Amino acid sequence: MTKVTMKVNGRKVGADVPDQTLLSEFLRENLRLTGTHVGCDTSQCGACAVHVNGKVVKACTALAVSLEGAEVTTIEGVANGELHPMQVAFNDNHGLQCGFCTPGMIMAGIDMVNRYREEGRELDAAAIRHELEGNICRCTGYHNIVKSIQDAAAKM
Amino acid sequence: MTSGIGQNVKRKEDKRFITGKGRYTDDHRNDNQAYAAFVRSPHAHAKVLGIDAEEARGMEGVIDVLDGHQLTGDGIGNLICGWAITSKDGSPMNMGAWSALATDTVRYVGDAVAVVIAETNAQARIAAEAVMVDYEELPVVVHAIDALKDGAPQIHDNAPGNLIYDWELGDEAATDAGLAEAAHVTTLDLTNNRLSPNPMEPRSAVATYDHAEDHYTLYTTSQNPHVARLVLSAFYNVAPEHKLRVIAPDVGGGFGAKIYIYPEEITCLWASMKTNRSVKWTSERGEAFLTDMHGRDHVTHAKMGFDKDGRITGFKIDTIANLGAYMSLFSSSVPTYLYAPLMSGQYDIQNIHCNVRAVYTNTVPVDAYRGAGRPEATYLVERMMETAAREMGMDPAELRRRNFVQEFPHQTPVLMQYDAGDFPKILELAQEAADVAGFEERRREAESRGKLRGIGYSTFIEACGLAPSKAAGSLGAGVGLWESAEVRVNPAGTIEILTGSHSHGQGHETTFAQIVAERFGVPVDSVQIVHGDTDKVQFGMGTYGSRSGPVGMSAVVKAMDKVEEKVRQIAAHTLEASEDDIEISGGQVKVKGTDKAMAWHEVGLAAYVAHNLPDGMEPGLKETAFFDPVNFSFPSGAFICEVEVDPDTGQTQVVRFTSADDFGVIVNPMIVEGQVHGGVTQGIGQALLEQVVYDEQGQLLTGSYMDYTMPRAADVPFFDVQHHETPSPNNPLGVKGCGEAGAIGAPPAVINAITDAIGTNDLAMPATPQAVWRALRAAQKPMAAE
Repeated sequence: MTKVTMKVNGRKVGADVPDQTLLSEFLRENLRLTGTHVGCDTSQCGACAVHVNGKVVKACTALAVSLEGAEVTTIEGVANGELHPMQVAFNDNHGLQCGFCTPGMIMAGIDMVNRYREEGRELDAAAIRHELEGNICRCTGYHNIVKSIQDAAAKM
Repeated sequence: MTSGIGQNVKRKEDKRFITGKGRYTDDHRNDNQAYAAFVRSPHAHAKVLGIDAEEARGMEGVIDVLDGHQLTGDGIGNLICGWAITSKDGSPMNMGAWSALATDTVRYVGDAVAVVIAETNAQARIAAEAVMVDYEELPVVVHAIDALKDGAPQIHDNAPGNLIYDWELGDEAATDAGLAEAAHVTTLDLTNNRLSPNPMEPRSAVATYDHAEDHYTLYTTSQNPHVARLVLSAFYNVAPEHKLRVIAPDVGGGFGAKIYIYPEEITCLWASMKTNRSVKWTSERGEAFLTDMHGRDHVTHAKMGFDKDGRITGFKIDTIANLGAYMSLFSSSVPTYLYAPLMSGQYDIQNIHCNVRAVYTNTVPVDAYRGAGRPEATYLVERMMETAAREMGMDPAELRRRNFVQEFPHQTPVLMQYDAGDFPKILELAQEAADVAGFEERRREAESRGKLRGIGYSTFIEACGLAPSKAAGSLGAGVGLWESAEVRVNPAGTIEILTGSHSHGQGHETTFAQIVAERFGVPVDSVQIVHGDTDKVQFGMGTYGSRSGPVGMSAVVKAMDKVEEKVRQIAAHTLEASEDDIEISGGQVKVKGTDKAMAWHEVGLAAYVAHNLPDGMEPGLKETAFFDPVNFSFPSGAFICEVEVDPDTGQTQVVRFTSADDFGVIVNPMIVEGQVHGGVTQGIGQALLEQVVYDEQGQLLTGSYMDYTMPRAADVPFFDVQHHETPSPNNPLGVKGCGEAGAIGAPPAVINAITDAIGTNDLAMPATPQAVWRALRAAQKPMAAE
């Protein structure tokens, strides 16, 4: 067991956890932040995507104890009083059906919009599709996810 | 009306999903939660000689280790297939025994033999590794054709030669005669590749036994919680129905894989009683590949005859269907009654004969996956039409047009009576939207970039709604296929709709509210949909087979009819008018041509305070209904796919995809189009990317997302979705169902486009770069020899 402390959605949290505890388990089981989903066991699906120190990370690939002092934002921490434009865009464009991949899609979407903006690159539909390599959706055929991210990018 | 039928109402359910507040099964955790991990066979076929759990029992956190002898000893019944198919010689199908935990023989890699219950998930999984099972390996067979060969390993004692049934539909002699008189006969040998449904939420169960009440509660990832309760109770003897509550909360996709009742739910329920703990199990993805029911897996030889004008004279089909190691809940119906009756497609064919042999192999059981039988039939019919057109030198669209059914209702020679449609119209719609006229120019432009561009069609029919009960019963179904609904108007006028349909992505909380808003003129926000809980909803058959619209919504309409009747009586009585003069609109209940009116909520209140009701009327405003349709509904569609193939690598890109669908009346176009996008993408996945692969020892080679290729965003284009509505006459809303169309129609459109591009019809799914490259090289050989 190792004690780990981090800031999750702006709140300081800490716990003694087994060393092999993944960030996804720490969020879901220790903090009961169940919006972060686990859809695979090989880090392909992206349903567990969260932001760690401002960058998108698959929470199933990170050990909780390796993130001492980190700032983590989960889907529960995205809305700041009101819904984030990316969340609104997913509702406006029917970017979700069963909703299971959605938290990861939203976290990846926010990250890619911010990253392309910082780098001064254009985030067109082809770029969005390329960037979504690590996020699998079985319901939507991606059509409305790509449109949601395009829409949010224009409003963020 | 901005929220009624036909409107793009944004989904009411989205808020909880986009904020991370969805409540899926694995999100539920009880006090005193224990965790289950299954000990699974590493062999595809073996005798179980013994289980040594002593070491595991002594490990940290382990509460108990339970096996199949204890399970059967407690009277837990075998898993069953609920649809009885009779072979053509009159014999019943050969259903082999399937215990939730194997006792003497394991028949596929992943077959469960024991379960460890521990304090934590990690402890349970570590201890499961320490359970020592003594196996004696047996010979293995994984392919259906091999399983039928003399001397093949025998998988179930009561299924000689591994044959489950040998079934037929249609008139063989008439079909042979039709083929004999044909001017041209096209012959095809096709495989329909085995798929894993892969809903993104893995299966999960949280089972809790309350000793004091002798009552079980199961949270589970189910498309049909009432069916789950019925089967768990009546066939698996877990508990009587009134002592078992099944809740399917938010469910993260189903696609068929969550229809069935699996060994894990049964075992968790039983283990919760044995250990006096709430027991939770959540599948890992690797475990899902090993245990979720697969789909498709057909091998087919077929012939279609045409007269000199291109009219079909006969269609003969011989299919072998791989049902895996055991018969799953509805497995038997998929390659029979959900397959052969679709062989007429959109065409007027007088002579059809379809023979199906279903066989056991040492693989995961196969059951319904999005489309279930209809994609397999459509792939065959539509590849046949395209191939025949090429062989006869005809335009593939023209060959289809010549054979289209033109009048409705239309009786096929394979059971079905088509309700309504306009097949030439939707083909025309698709051709215009796809700019077929401009294709040759696009082909030349692609050629200038070194790419081979091709175009492919698929004009297809579905049979949706999965009903009526009487017909289903006569064909062997063990259940009725109606749906139920309850409409509760509360005293202050808000409305709750309790439905037996279940939403796992389809957006029922919005669309079901829309049909209520349309009817009573109330805002959608004042309508709440209640589903997925056997304690709340009276009964339901659940959601699969695109049935929530045609059957589930129809039950709501029937219940609303009864509510409206009572509303009229109360209003007429209160307003001292004739019932015939009462009209309901805009949230008002009015007397026509007067200014006399009651607000909707005033009627609700009047019904509940009951101070002034018509003589003899019961208080309250709540009605229930069961809807059992008179027929299936028959959505139809025309898909046109364009691909570009890189001849150097065989890499195929779908560059344009157009669908023109006839779903009857559409309640919410935004949601319906979303269903098409997702279904087409699964169809493109089948055509280009997806395949479950076993080696000859029955080891699963595609056990993760690193091996089984799921469609990613870059694998598909934006889709152009067109609609044409011919209402179904068989239900009150005229809806036909839309959930499966994409997965049914897309695979042949994609393959027809690739074969057009590369100039050979000899190509199997999935058309991976390697497969396309090989097909292209094989086709070019004669040219190279010149």
